[in-house]
Amino acid sequence: MAELLRQAWTIARKDLLLEFRSRTAIMSAAVFTALVLVVFNFGRDPTAVPTLTIAPSILWVTFTFAGMVALNRAFELELENLTLDGLLLSPISRHSLYLGKLAANLVFVAAVETIGLFLFAVLFDVPIWHVLGALVGVIALATLGFIAVGTLFSAMVLRTRFAELMLPVLLLPFLMLPLRWAVQATSALLAARPLSEMMGSLKLLAAYDIVFVTLATLLFPSIVEE
Amino acid sequence: MSLVQKGRGITLVGLALLGGVYVRALAFTPVERLQGPAQKIYYLHVPAAIWTETAIIMVGLAGAFYLFLGDRRLDLFAQASAEVGTVFATIVLTTGPIWGKPIWGTWWTWDARLTSMLLLFFLYLGYLLMRGAVRDPALAARYGAVLGICGACLVPFIHFSVYFFPTLHPQPIVLKPSTPSLPGSMLTTFLSSFAVFTLLYVGFVTQRYAIGREKELGEAGSHA
Repeated sequence: MAELLRQAWTIARKDLLLEFRSRTAIMSAAVFTALVLVVFNFGRDPTAVPTLTIAPSILWVTFTFAGMVALNRAFELELENLTLDGLLLSPISRHSLYLGKLAANLVFVAAVETIGLFLFAVLFDVPIWHVLGALVGVIALATLGFIAVGTLFSAMVLRTRFAELMLPVLLLPFLMLPLRWAVQATSALLAARPLSEMMGSLKLLAAYDIVFVTLATLLFPSIVEE
Repeated sequence: MSLVQKGRGITLVGLALLGGVYVRALAFTPVERLQGPAQKIYYLHVPAAIWTETAIIMVGLAGAFYLFLGDRRLDLFAQASAEVGTVFATIVLTTGPIWGKPIWGTWWTWDARLTSMLLLFFLYLGYLLMRGAVRDPALAARYGAVLGICGACLVPFIHFSVYFFPTLHPQPIVLKPSTPSLPGSMLTTFLSSFAVFTLLYVGFVTQRYAIGREKELGEAGSHA
């Protein structure tokens, strides 16, 4: 187990280091997130719908699209100079490779979400600061499941035609349920509802995380096997 | 008799029996007191919905066994089951609105149950599109297996979601923990329809499987 995690950390560190050195992907993803938020501003009538009513939807649709952009680059990174083959030939277990990629994606998406959350609070004047801790918890819970399935599928679409198009087509049906639970939990949180009102959604999100992180770790070797 | 012909035979028997079920449903089964004749669609809608969900579980099971055993036939079965599941999901998503318009006053509502079925439909479409986007058959089979397993694992969540959130959709009256609350004659019609849909699933899948098998054997022969 320790060896598995150590190898996973090596992979994650490599990806994050590459990201940190160039910073192109993270900057592009952050700008993209800001643009989606701006698009939302133009796509609604503020006199017809109160901001707080649609705020959770704005937040989660933005995170979904930003996550998708981040996932597309996870394995594309390995296409240049056939480095994926190198990784597969190296004495690193396939499970570690998956967990490493998952960890790097989570850090990447968390960075983008942090920027997104801040911009969301400022641009739409949503009072998030008094529930920030709990909101971060909900975001973390939902993002884990989302990125777990996404990391698995992004490795899969690599060798399909129209990879950029195929990822959302495969992934979105898997994201709609956690998206719905996350929106419900966020709505309850922003409206200062009691914890009992969001427990159902939180339990489902946690169950989803456990099932899909385990499943994706187990299935990943079948995807990259030659 | 070849497997394709056997599958075709089963399907034709199934379709003839479906006609019989509808004669029984329209002429010999009482009209529901509140919903009137619109309720007759129930005998088509519910069995198709049950088989839509069962078919994706079959795809997942076949996928799991394929990853262990590597038997091409399992993949052919999974592919066949996914295609038939797509057809059944289409039946559910077509008959639902036809019932919904007179009863609910709308073709569609974003209710938990309706949305769940739509999710399953997109899941099937994704599976079929992905299979078409991979050139190498062995790779497509492995990807299909992984996607099928993930899809089958999503089904329980779809179910739980339905019970967690408020729904307009009628609650189950046959498949529920207590005894079915459908009157005897309606229950008989429903069970006959369910048996016919089972036959149709077997017939369609057998045909599709046999066609896939013949195609593969043909390709192997032409390469030899």
